[in-house]
Amino acid sequence: MKSLAELKAIRDKMQTSVNVRDSADDNIRVVVGMATCGIAAGARPVLNAFTEEVAKRGLNNVMVTQTGCIGICQYEPVVEVYTNDGSKTTYVKMTAEKVARVVSDHLVNGNVVEEYTIGAVAK
Amino acid sequence: MQELSLNILDIAQNSIRANASLITIEIIRSVIDNKMTITIEDNGCGMSKEKVEQVINPFFTTRTTRPVGLGVPFFKMSAEMTGGTFRIESEEGVGTKVIATYVLDHIDLMPLGDMASTMVTLISVNPEIDFIYRYRYNDAEFTLDTREVKQILEGLPVNSPDVLVFIKSFIEENTLQAEQQELK
Repeated sequence: MKSLAELKAIRDKMQTSVNVRDSADDNIRVVVGMATCGIAAGARPVLNAFTEEVAKRGLNNVMVTQTGCIGICQYEPVVEVYTNDGSKTTYVKMTAEKVARVVSDHLVNGNVVEEYTIGAVAK
Repeated sequence: MQELSLNILDIAQNSIRANASLITIEIIRSVIDNKMTITIEDNGCGMSKEKVEQVINPFFTTRTTRPVGLGVPFFKMSAEMTGGTFRIESEEGVGTKVIATYVLDHIDLMPLGDMASTMVTLISVNPEIDFIYRYRYNDAEFTLDTREVKQILEGLPVNSPDVLVFIKSFIEENTLQAEQQELK
């Protein structure tokens, strides 16, 4: 049986790799809609893909979080990206596959993936 | 919803909105009794008797962005379509308990699905909330309690990637083991 004892080793490893995360560094926020509509449309794998991709790239300035229903259920899963210049981008009909591109193009390089945004999809 | 673990994730969102600091999710499967019970319990703000009756109605919601609230009705339906039962116990200022029972061999029983992903999702975006996940399969059971996890972590964040990977495999491996123990 897998036990919590293994966690001690993980803790020790984390303590040596000093990588203290300061919430003040969170200048990009990724907000995933997790109401009934979002969850039914597939928000869970999208949120987990963001968490994993951000961790894999070590993006300490990105915070992945959740919100409720924002009222555009037909476009779920909806992801809003807030950057430190005050702009907001709304990505719609997201999938785990689309996440990698949003992370690399938008979160890392600052280029909005226009074709996934509500402006492109809702035409 | 394609699997019950998504309904559970959805119902837990209500506990989060109710400002719970501790959310307990318990799944008890008994092949002998041909029954599964899913319980989601929180210490959030609770609801009045009238409100408990209203939340079963799909055209009731507290939010203002849309006029329907399908989370509770979906979960209730998932249980009742297997011949199971559904009930909510709630007290204002104390918390809410949602209990659904399922008939295991009913053809309309949805798969439980990926509970490890549901728990990792909840923990990753709500590190300040404590979660207890208990899974029981006949006589075998295991529990994940984030209060114990946090104690071991000595202040390191419970939602750091390495810890989340551990929690996911902890749930997956122990679920498998609990279910296999029965086969022996």
